[in-house]
Amino acid sequence: MIPDEYLQTFVVECKELLEQMEEALLVVEHDPEDPEIINAIFRAAHTIKGSAGLFGLEPIVAFTHVAESVLDRVRSGEILINSDLITLFIEVHDHLGKLIDHVVEGVHPADEIKSCSKSLVAQLQTYLSGAIVTHANDSDKTPVIQETKTEKAVQSDEVSTDYWHLSLRFGLEVFRNGMDPFSFVRCLTTLGKIVKLVTVMDSIPSVDEMDPESCYLGFEISFDSDADKITIENVFNFVHDDCEIHILPPHSKVSEYERMILELPEQEMRLGEILIKCGSLTPKELDAILNLQSENSNESPKLIGEVLLEQKVVSPPVVDAALEKQKQVKENKKTEANLIRVDAEKLDELINLVGELIIAGAGTNLIARRANMADLIESTATLSRLVEEVRDSALALRMVQIGGTFNRFQRVVRDVSKELGKDIDLIISGAETELDKTVVEKIGDPLTHLVRNSMDHGIEPAEVRIARGKPVKGSLKLNAYHDAGSIVIEVSDDGGGLNKEKIMSKAIERGLVAEGANLTDKEVYNLIFEAGFSTADVVSNLSGRGVGMDVVRRNIQALRGTVDLDSVEGQGSTIRIRLPLTLAIIDGFMVGVGNSIFVVPLDMVVECIELKAWTGDEGDGQYLNLRGEVLPYRRLRDYFDTEGDDVVQRENVVIVRYGEHKAGLVVDKLMGEFQTVIKPLGKLFKSEKSIGGFTILGSGEVAMIVDVPGLMNQIEHEKDEGGTTVVVASK
Amino acid sequence: MASKKKQQDGLIAIEGELTIYTVMELKDKFLGGLLTNDVLTLDLSEVSEFDGAGLQLLIMAKQGATALNKSFRITNQSPVVVELLDLSSLTGFFGE
Repeated sequence: MIPDEYLQTFVVECKELLEQMEEALLVVEHDPEDPEIINAIFRAAHTIKGSAGLFGLEPIVAFTHVAESVLDRVRSGEILINSDLITLFIEVHDHLGKLIDHVVEGVHPADEIKSCSKSLVAQLQTYLSGAIVTHANDSDKTPVIQETKTEKAVQSDEVSTDYWHLSLRFGLEVFRNGMDPFSFVRCLTTLGKIVKLVTVMDSIPSVDEMDPESCYLGFEISFDSDADKITIENVFNFVHDDCEIHILPPHSKVSEYERMILELPEQEMRLGEILIKCGSLTPKELDAILNLQSENSNESPKLIGEVLLEQKVVSPPVVDAALEKQKQVKENKKTEANLIRVDAEKLDELINLVGELIIAGAGTNLIARRANMADLIESTATLSRLVEEVRDSALALRMVQIGGTFNRFQRVVRDVSKELGKDIDLIISGAETELDKTVVEKIGDPLTHLVRNSMDHGIEPAEVRIARGKPVKGSLKLNAYHDAGSIVIEVSDDGGGLNKEKIMSKAIERGLVAEGANLTDKEVYNLIFEAGFSTADVVSNLSGRGVGMDVVRRNIQALRGTVDLDSVEGQGSTIRIRLPLTLAIIDGFMVGVGNSIFVVPLDMVVECIELKAWTGDEGDGQYLNLRGEVLPYRRLRDYFDTEGDDVVQRENVVIVRYGEHKAGLVVDKLMGEFQTVIKPLGKLFKSEKSIGGFTILGSGEVAMIVDVPGLMNQIEHEKDEGGTTVVVASK
Repeated sequence: MASKKKQQDGLIAIEGELTIYTVMELKDKFLGGLLTNDVLTLDLSEVSEFDGAGLQLLIMAKQGATALNKSFRITNQSPVVVELLDLSSLTGFFGE
């Protein structure tokens, strides 16, 4: 039985590989010539097959093997890639995804899956049956060295040997894991005949350093067998993980050997030995050359590689590879993978701890100040700076680029455009914009909905586009960027845009807006996010999918984000999602109102001004003149009905910005920056929109965190109460 | 595991297993033998089990001897030893 954690890793890796594969497939669709991309697809399939084999997941291995074989043909140019093949492979990709899902659930594939497997395999087979490899002809070439040495190896890019070549390097732990390298060799003999086996002992360290229980052995084996590659590979299932295994079929390409030489661990091994062991040379040939070399030994001895080349016994690529290898081994060691996979839970724990650390640090800081000890204050200042850095890097660990999410939409766009019969291009920008992983995970669904919506309702059918003088190909843009402590994700299309009149009449019909109400364009457009406003038959006649835009908005609001929409009729629309960068910790700006303390997210604070200096009156109005700009403001004391001394020396205005809105919050005291760990409010306060959460100060006091967008909204609605312009949908 | 060391001309006879279970001890024994003798011979007639780890240890001893400018031989290989040496194509390596 496989331990769960390994299986999990397997599944995660497979999913990643499948993602890469899908990405590559979608690229190939546009650029079928790029060999690198085809290689990427092949590698993905190959790795999935390999690790599935390790877990004994036969259905996956068998299925992937066929796909891999076809890909191999594509790679070698025997099969041309075309859109049919790509479509087939996309199906293969989806099917693999399903098979792997079954592994997760631990159930056996249902019958329909099996029949799906079969039909796909059958389709793949048609590509395979066309060309049977043409090895057979050029066998029987054991060369007589004197005569054929100039022709051999150079003239064809296949090596002459009729046998498999296996190169094995066992991991240090093999003995301790209870295995014996020779048991694998014995197992091989059940599949065929070992023609020649060379035990590689180059990596046995000197007597003093050698640990007799570690395994330092390796084998180079020339192997005669009719078994296929999977069967041979399966022999090594148990040691697949910590061993380096290369299996080269008979008449492998020189390039395969080249790659193997590059990957083998031996550093100081002499080139001649490598070549013999790889089977690209017979020992006889090498002997002859060595003799020749010793005869000429009064000249300065040449490198064996050069001699071989002069004799034209090996083809230059093989020698180059070996030489290059000798140079590069040391460099290669440096570029080993520098990524670590970490359990998300551990990360959350770390962030949590950092949060507690910040609170504790603030407490210490406070005590230091109260005690008025300069030394202690200084040291806590250093400490808090460090804690701040720890916090930033801990948060950065959670940050991922949004590109991965965006790239998924290549597939969505491809599928939906086929489904709708529209030709649509997806243009991605800002893919490197980073945001919190939890946010990324949760934004996928709403984003999919928006993208589908834009393609469905936004972009017009080809005829209409031609009639309107637009390019036939519609385009959909996904863009992301950072702005004022939030990340903005835009979904825009160059379609027909929204029809204001239709939305208005629908809204009035649904009772969302009073008849004759005077709304700005933006307000009208944003009506489509209201609950009860079905998108069906508003812009196009395609029926809704059961999920309305109100659900999208709710999902985004749950992430403390907002969504709004811009549209120009006939030219397209843009939906803008604004999300906080992280959900856990923010830089806050502390302000005092009466006896209470509030925290405003620092990113949203533009500036602080003194109220009296900017208002002509006593500050009882609703607006002040900020350098010629009209700025609405509000007293937090009134808004939250805070208790405390009424007499305030000097009222200050904290000017906050959110998106395109600016507003002033009048407070009694400015208390400076403060790192804030957001603690969510209990259910009881769910309906309170202007408070986003609370935090615990160093002194143990509780401070409320002002949810600026929520507060602005509330204030706006209060304003509207007199005029009853907008009736908020309540459902 | 039973192995005894007769100190004449550096001959060590190994009885029983020459495997992963015994290599730890045997390594020290071999090393001692190499340091105190110019010629070390291993009598393998009584080896009942022999695996990759055992083989690896023999290789080490051989290489160690070469490094110390001494000589290392094996004699009277038991059938299990012969079989594995054949399989590994190392009969020649230990030959003579």
